Amino acid sequence: MTTAAGIRRQVQRDSDRLAFDVRRVREDFPILKQRVNGRPLVFLDSAASAQKPRAVIRAVQQCYEREYANIHRGVYFLSERATELFEGARVKVQRFLGAREAREIIFVRGATEAINLVAQTYGRKFLNRADEVVLSTLEHHSNIVPWQMLRDEKGLTLRIIPIDDSGALRMEEYEKLLGTRTKLVAVTHCSNALGIVTPVKEIIRLAHEKGIPVLVDGCQAVPHMPVDVRDLDCDFYVFSGHKLYGPSGIGALYGKAALLEAMPPYQGGGDMISTVTFEKTEYNVIPHKFEAGTPNIAGAIGLGAAIDYVSGLGFDEIVDHEQELLEYATEALAETNSLRLFGTVEDKVCILSFIIEGVHPHDIGTILDHEGIAIRAGHHCAQPLMDRFGVTATARASFGLYNTREDVDALVAGVRKAVEFFG
Amino acid sequence: MTFDLRELYQEVILDHAKQPRNFGHPPACNRQAKGHNPLCGDRLTVYLTIEDGVVTDAAFEGAGCAISMASASLMTEMVKNKTEAEAHSLFELFHALVAGDQGENAENAGDGADLGKLAVFSGVREYPVRVKCATLPWHAFAAALKGKQDDVTTEE
Repeated sequence: MTTAAGIRRQVQRDSDRLAFDVRRVREDFPILKQRVNGRPLVFLDSAASAQKPRAVIRAVQQCYEREYANIHRGVYFLSERATELFEGARVKVQRFLGAREAREIIFVRGATEAINLVAQTYGRKFLNRADEVVLSTLEHHSNIVPWQMLRDEKGLTLRIIPIDDSGALRMEEYEKLLGTRTKLVAVTHCSNALGIVTPVKEIIRLAHEKGIPVLVDGCQAVPHMPVDVRDLDCDFYVFSGHKLYGPSGIGALYGKAALLEAMPPYQGGGDMISTVTFEKTEYNVIPHKFEAGTPNIAGAIGLGAAIDYVSGLGFDEIVDHEQELLEYATEALAETNSLRLFGTVEDKVCILSFIIEGVHPHDIGTILDHEGIAIRAGHHCAQPLMDRFGVTATARASFGLYNTREDVDALVAGVRKAVEFFG
Repeated sequence: MTFDLRELYQEVILDHAKQPRNFGHPPACNRQAKGHNPLCGDRLTVYLTIEDGVVTDAAFEGAGCAISMASASLMTEMVKNKTEAEAHSLFELFHALVAGDQGENAENAGDGADLGKLAVFSGVREYPVRVKCATLPWHAFAAALKGKQDDVTTEE
């Protein structure tokens, strides 16, 4: 089982095992050493974008200082070296996701581009008028808007899996949505606004029973739990590198080879062709067919370094550490008067979304900022989810592998100050 | 609480945020407009009664942060009994104050001239992400003055 709570249960607190040393981990992240507004920085916005370990920063720097040239072109040393590193990063992503082959990994700018790619290629070719795409209430705008654009172009219908008051997907309703017109299911692996982990494996199994392919948005899952796309049997899996402690502007789309091969190209240009005449172009094989133009070479290499870093720490350790933080933070916040927590299910990653009666999330954000604490206040690019709970915004504290119990203590103290200030 | 925060959240602002004045929908109003801040989802509606080019009544409804609620509340107090032109130039002064605009308006705004109670928002300029909270009600107000039907957003 690959869910966070499942892993937590599996993890044996083996006394022989070295404890996850968060102090040492923090040493790897230079940015965490700074002070903000005279206080030590408490960074609790990793769900928006995570900070970068020195290993990633160095990999990008080394690329530009010693290993940079355009890839797939040159017959000279540097180009060969850069190509080797870039394709090596693809293999790292492949292994990280448990994909069968490296050619099933397409480098993109991020999850947003990956979803747009699938909508504009797979969607445009295989979806037709009156077909249906199933999404969930938990989706980030990036897994809503590309489908709305396609809906408007093709005359599709979007069907939405509802959630219950805890934020959990209502699976019995999901089953009812799957019909003969359903041509694709696109769901999040983990809610960015609430931290809820969805039962994607079951979602995929039910869709596959009816021959419906499934795209999984894994942005918030990959930094916090091991993911195996073959075990999930998803058809597409997308994530952004910058939430996985990697550089911004790089991400990956995993697609089953047969699907990718059947899809038309996304953008036209160099590198995605095998031959071009003014009459006709032969497209390159996957993954290159989807990678027109010079890609984010240093970004991909940096993402490879981030994967090495996370893998080096190990998900057993990361999950254990973050789940402990989640438990600690949930209990501590629950003791705060007039605080309402959203996403109250067991299977979660360490994201806490809340409101406080009488204090707007933006004001909480400003008060916390004065204490050097960075949280997100707003709709988290999930307005339909906010509507479902009848709020316009929440305050969200999201944790990464470098956060500590002291960070939780600072958050709770800051939140209480906000309550006092506006009380 | 630190001194800086009191610069932003002055007592008058906290008071108006907790107990907004002119909150509601006056049946006699003859102009209205909705304001929406897409960054945070805050929404409010401004209701005006205009007679012979004078704002005889102003009110609002909505939900938002302390800055936007206090701004809406103080705005409705300040624009009452002003001509449309006077009310509009007050908006310009206010915008210069909170956005730290350069130019002539900024000089006027700097010493709080003519701004009256609105001067309590001078701390907002130190918080660039909060400027739109303060200006949202005013954008809706300007739209209502113009008789605009569409919602306005802080992104226009």
